[in-house]
Amino acid sequence: MSDPRQTFARTATELLDEDLSTALVYAEISGQYFRGAARRHPDRVVNVGIREQLLLNVGAGLALTGMRPIVHTFGSFLVERAFEQVKLGFSHQDVGGVLVGSGGSVDVSSGGRTHQSPGDVALIDTLPGWTVHVPGHADEVADSLRQAVADDGRHYVRVVGQQNGSAFPVRPGRMRVVRRGSGATVVAVGPMLDPVLAAVEGLDVTVLYANTARPFDSASLRAALGTDEVVLVEPYLAGTSSRIVAEALQDVPHRLLALGIGREELRRYGEPEQHLAAHGLDAAGLRGSIIGFLAASAA
Amino acid sequence: MTITTETHTYADLDRLMSLMTGDEKHGPAATSTLDVLWVLYDRVLNVAPQSMTEPGRDRFYLSKGHGPMAYYAVLAAKGFFPEAWLADWASYDSPLGHHPDRVLVPGVEISSGSLGHGLPLAVGTAIGLRAQGLDSRVVVLVGDAELDEGSNAEAVQLAGALGLDGLTVVVVDNASTSYHRPHVIAPRFEHEGWDAVVVDGRDHRALERSLSRRAAGRPDVVVAEVEGQ
Repeated sequence: MSDPRQTFARTATELLDEDLSTALVYAEISGQYFRGAARRHPDRVVNVGIREQLLLNVGAGLALTGMRPIVHTFGSFLVERAFEQVKLGFSHQDVGGVLVGSGGSVDVSSGGRTHQSPGDVALIDTLPGWTVHVPGHADEVADSLRQAVADDGRHYVRVVGQQNGSAFPVRPGRMRVVRRGSGATVVAVGPMLDPVLAAVEGLDVTVLYANTARPFDSASLRAALGTDEVVLVEPYLAGTSSRIVAEALQDVPHRLLALGIGREELRRYGEPEQHLAAHGLDAAGLRGSIIGFLAASAA
Repeated sequence: MTITTETHTYADLDRLMSLMTGDEKHGPAATSTLDVLWVLYDRVLNVAPQSMTEPGRDRFYLSKGHGPMAYYAVLAAKGFFPEAWLADWASYDSPLGHHPDRVLVPGVEISSGSLGHGLPLAVGTAIGLRAQGLDSRVVVLVGDAELDEGSNAEAVQLAGALGLDGLTVVVVDNASTSYHRPHVIAPRFEHEGWDAVVVDGRDHRALERSLSRRAAGRPDVVVAEVEGQ
């Protein structure tokens, strides 16, 4: 399988070669992937140095001239550090752009909190109209990036190391039924699909897969409902999409279990897998949470 | 420069501002940017109502979005929107707020109000114009106190390093920053490779001369000094 971040870099480079209206703005990070593109397109590949506030506004300033910026660094610096620039540079100016954040919640597990951004999607979600891509496979990274750049709206693409065994087509705002059952409905977002499928083995549940989180596919959730139980499994802050599930099911009595990265800071290093397990997002942890939730409703 | 509306002159600006303020005369704080704005739109920028969406136009970014009366007065005088809009500014139904919104106001190139965003946006715009082979320029107005915001330092450094000669900053300096030190603004830009000049911010000929020239291969800053608050 390809590495998602390298796939992002390769696809971005292809887009820079193909489309003169695209520009890549980055802040040192990932520069090793873009040396060739920078040589070929010195005016459209811009390293701003270690300046993340500037990173976002340079992207927005490019968009003000009609160009299509791809703006990239770790999610922690892209969205969390420079959030006002996301809000004002893009949303308030009403210009489009493609933000690509890497690292996600646990990729830099040994780096500590400074390089982890479990709150990125929740923050973006305070702004209207962003399409949020959560690819669960390197091929989906390429698919998402191409669609995001071809569009003229505002997109956030969350590129992380963890990936599923197989890729699905990216259709923003559409979920896919990957397993049909008559019981609870489990929504697996991005790289959570494989652990979810392992966790629900032998359980009579429906599994929906979302590789885009915004817009959220409320229609497919409603259509899939079997029992009144809904389980949301997200690779970022737990409960990020709870409000949308609540809105989607306003007129349907339901119970919701929202799983994801915990709110408490985990002051541990080690491997990404260890962090996922600590947050209950490995197959065993998920299975325990889901079975407990279903048992509570049966009681 | 092509301007269709020649009915207004500099002498009309006081009356246009009165429509917003209700005062007949305006003090230095309300008019600190007035002369710079007038000279830019009257004599320097290649932009007019009929060309305000053309890719090759000059851009003006008002980064210091506070106190936009002078800006609105100049835009109305130059025909970007009707003078009638001024009277009920900042009301619920008016497109003119206490901070300008580019989505609502014809001729307004950026929405501002939060300080320290205009110059970084202008750096991106100068890069975008250069990448598209457009020779037009972007002029951004900041206040001296606005330079407190660290985001400007990031922008000044990169613009100098990239030699963005399509970028001009005009600092309206009314010595309003709390920790004011005289004569430091121009050298700060010069240290980062900019061309800098200090002028009297009320002198139209000096403003026109300094704002019209572009240094080859590097960005330039005009520090326009006006009366202190």
